[in-house]
Amino acid sequence: MCGAKAGGPDLSGVDVAKETIIQGSVTRDGEPVTGYVRLLDGGGEFTAEVPTSATGQFRFFAAPGTWTLRALVPGATVDRVVAAQQGNLTEVAIAV
Amino acid sequence: MSRSDVLVDADWVEARIDDPKVVIVEVDEDTSAYDKNHIKNAIRIDWKKDLQDPVRRDFVDQAGFEKLLSEKGIANDDTVVLYGGNNNWFASYAYWYFKLYGHQDVKLLDGGRKKWELDSRDLVDGAVVASRPATEYTAKAQDTAIRAFRDDAVAAIGSLNLVDVRSPDEFSGKLLAPAHLPQEQSQRPGHIPTARNIPWSKSANDDGTFKSDDELKELYEGEGVDLSKDTIAYCRIGERSAHTWFVLHEILGQPNVKNYDGSWTEYGSLVGVPIELGAAK
Repeated sequence: MCGAKAGGPDLSGVDVAKETIIQGSVTRDGEPVTGYVRLLDGGGEFTAEVPTSATGQFRFFAAPGTWTLRALVPGATVDRVVAAQQGNLTEVAIAV
Repeated sequence: MSRSDVLVDADWVEARIDDPKVVIVEVDEDTSAYDKNHIKNAIRIDWKKDLQDPVRRDFVDQAGFEKLLSEKGIANDDTVVLYGGNNNWFASYAYWYFKLYGHQDVKLLDGGRKKWELDSRDLVDGAVVASRPATEYTAKAQDTAIRAFRDDAVAAIGSLNLVDVRSPDEFSGKLLAPAHLPQEQSQRPGHIPTARNIPWSKSANDDGTFKSDDELKELYEGEGVDLSKDTIAYCRIGERSAHTWFVLHEILGQPNVKNYDGSWTEYGSLVGVPIELGAAK
């Protein structure tokens, strides 16, 4: 297992200009954490959830607007509010 | 049916993990998750490769289901316990298949893979694969009492309960797919007119376990679903609505609930059918 990587997973094959991407990584003391990241909409409703990769990374294809990321890992839950735009990568590093 | 017949917790599974008549089956959206690690003695069913017709858009047929379960070493009198990632979406979908083809004893592991992981329970290395001797599985004909087709969905507008279990942004038309997937799709956005938007996620806790019977009943009735009427649940491809079908039909014991597996990827591509846009009223 390698260490944590910044940014989201590989984007090859995805038309980034058309998508509204929110991505990043979840780490504890700089090391990747196995867990889950949920995407909640502006009203706090669940929109999607992904497991983190072996390198702690996650990605969502959202729509422009304000979102909340919720990292669920053994023993901790951490929320981050983000604003996303179409064609731009919104990068979020979550330390738990 | 009631909760205790269809839902088991991790302690129940751990106590029977070596019982040859209990078959633990992982069904994940990410079909490679099993290769990373899985519950000891669990076998894998691939929702895409194993459960779909390889050419047409439809399920594996009765003979195909018999062949699959025979090869996997599942017998008619085995207890099948399904679990998976993503809050048991695809495990629920597989559960619905097992019921569609008449398997008697099938259960879901409450919380699925996520709760198991968050509780730091043991998983074995992905390369350790349990082998089960082949069986001669006999499936029943498809039980269409639990499956809705496109004409049923159109006929239900304004008369039956239509429950759209996608996220509010998919219901309104802002998103075309759950947000862990790219959004470029061919179908039109929106929802079936008169459908109530009751996202599957409202029936589950953050750890993926189902809410209590009372909370679930209150959820659907509070959203204006008359449980005495027939209900059709749908989502994008029928897996999240299988999760809601499980809640209504299996946990709450409502007899008249169907899953529309064609769901939005079919309905949103039909020519001439009515579509509504915008948030729930």
